Amino acid sequence: MRAFLSIVMRELQAYFFTPLALVFIIIFLLLSNSFVFYLGDLYEIGQASMQSYFRLLPWVCLLLIPALSMRSWSEEYRSGTMEFLDALPIPGWQLVLAKFISLWCVALSALAMSFPLWMTLSWLGQPDHGTIILGYLGAAMMMAAMLAVGLCISSLSENQLIVYIVTSLILLLFLLAGYPLALNPVREVFSQSFVDLVSSLSFLTHLQSISRGVLDLRDVLFYALTIVFWLAANAVLLKSRKDRG
Amino acid sequence: MIRAQALNKKFAAIEAVRDLSFQVEKGEVVALLGPNGAGKTSCMRMLSGFLKPDSGVALIAGHDSTRNPLAAKRQLGYLAEHAPIYREHTVFYYLHFVAKARGLSKGRAETAVDDVFRSLNLDSIAFQPINTLSKGSMRRVALAAAVLHRPPVLLLDEPSDGLDPIQKQLVRSLILDLAKNSAILMSTHQIDEVLALCPRTIIMAKGRKLLDQATDDLLRQSKYHNAVSFVAKESIAARAALEGLSGVTGFEQNAVDGRLYVFVHGHKPQNQLIVEKLSQKNVPFSDIRLEYGRLEEVFSKAVAEAV
Repeated sequence: MRAFLSIVMRELQAYFFTPLALVFIIIFLLLSNSFVFYLGDLYEIGQASMQSYFRLLPWVCLLLIPALSMRSWSEEYRSGTMEFLDALPIPGWQLVLAKFISLWCVALSALAMSFPLWMTLSWLGQPDHGTIILGYLGAAMMMAAMLAVGLCISSLSENQLIVYIVTSLILLLFLLAGYPLALNPVREVFSQSFVDLVSSLSFLTHLQSISRGVLDLRDVLFYALTIVFWLAANAVLLKSRKDRG
Repeated sequence: MIRAQALNKKFAAIEAVRDLSFQVEKGEVVALLGPNGAGKTSCMRMLSGFLKPDSGVALIAGHDSTRNPLAAKRQLGYLAEHAPIYREHTVFYYLHFVAKARGLSKGRAETAVDDVFRSLNLDSIAFQPINTLSKGSMRRVALAAAVLHRPPVLLLDEPSDGLDPIQKQLVRSLILDLAKNSAILMSTHQIDEVLALCPRTIIMAKGRKLLDQATDDLLRQSKYHNAVSFVAKESIAARAALEGLSGVTGFEQNAVDGRLYVFVHGHKPQNQLIVEKLSQKNVPFSDIRLEYGRLEEVFSKAVAEAV
């Protein structure tokens, strides 16, 4: 446990004692607030609600989460520190988990910085605090799932640009899976049950469900399983990369 | 403590390591000497568990690096090629992190870090960010990270690459100190390093082990072994004085410093005889010495034959 925590702490230190986390948080806040005020028409809808924030958040995450996660393993391989890390008596899955937790901490810090928006809404009206809390919970889980995807992809290449593009594409598919526009062509070829299956894989669908104030165990389970799947895949990929030499 | 059993590794069509076997016991410092591309780093990586061998077994303190990697890694200190290191931290933070990541308790971690600070003279750079350090200082920090838990097995890939003479001396002292309780395998292509630290040398080329002998025995294979060398202003007179002397088989003069080498037959040192002869013939000379042999010559010959 001590060794595991030391890896988490080092990762966090590497993010927070360099401009990385700061730059990520600032851009995240700029983008998410711009999206909410300019695209989400926060004031025009006449409701003290953060619905528009949570509706647009996945698109901000689509741009920024791959940027945050892309260097995780790529940089270890590029700089050679993977060999140092591998020589530590720590199981591979713990290294994956440690990296994931530290990434999630950075993402959660950015998410937490949106609290002035919540404060403003509370000052202007009477928002449903329970719904907002659930919205944050859903957003935190969605970010975790996105980070798990990004972390896994970063183990595939030392080239961070490739990692960013591939991660973005996969996350885009996970987002679009819930959009009727994307689902219509699928519906024409496959059966409704398959379309439902594709739709159920969408990060958007599950986030919208939670942020509307309904905590369905299936949504939580979806994110939990997605995270576990991608983290496990990450551990397997690291091992296979090592076996291939 | 370190055991390589018929290790093989291929990268596509290239055989990086071929049927490599050796072992290193506690208290031994063994050099893995070879030209670039000889397979030294691949061998180190297989022993450390970073690379899976295609066949064969790598054992660290009795633990298989592939099948039981965690147990092997607990017994291992590994300085990888190019001394990879997290450059965004201070030296102090980094070494404490490594101590914790190695599972050392707080008290043991502090003692271990204090020890390596002292033995590698890191005090003056303790709170300096690693990315501002010189190459030599970075390597010392990486070495400190590899040895701070005092492992019974040490794999050091080019430990003194890029160090200045003073830093080299520090590192050598540390390695000799660690060797009392550890088995050390050191990959290098620096001959002076081998002569200073390693009583045994394994010479590799093209992925194969060419020689595995006591370094002194390798030196005995050199044509310079037991040759007598000296500086003579009148080298022609010196040659004339020594020609025909029993046991003298030839001469060689160094074009750079003018030093004259006198080769003698057999393994019996002839320096006393040569001193007497030169004095008898009134040939002035200075700085006379008996040569131990040249490892680079033995090394080059072995590699040339293999290639």
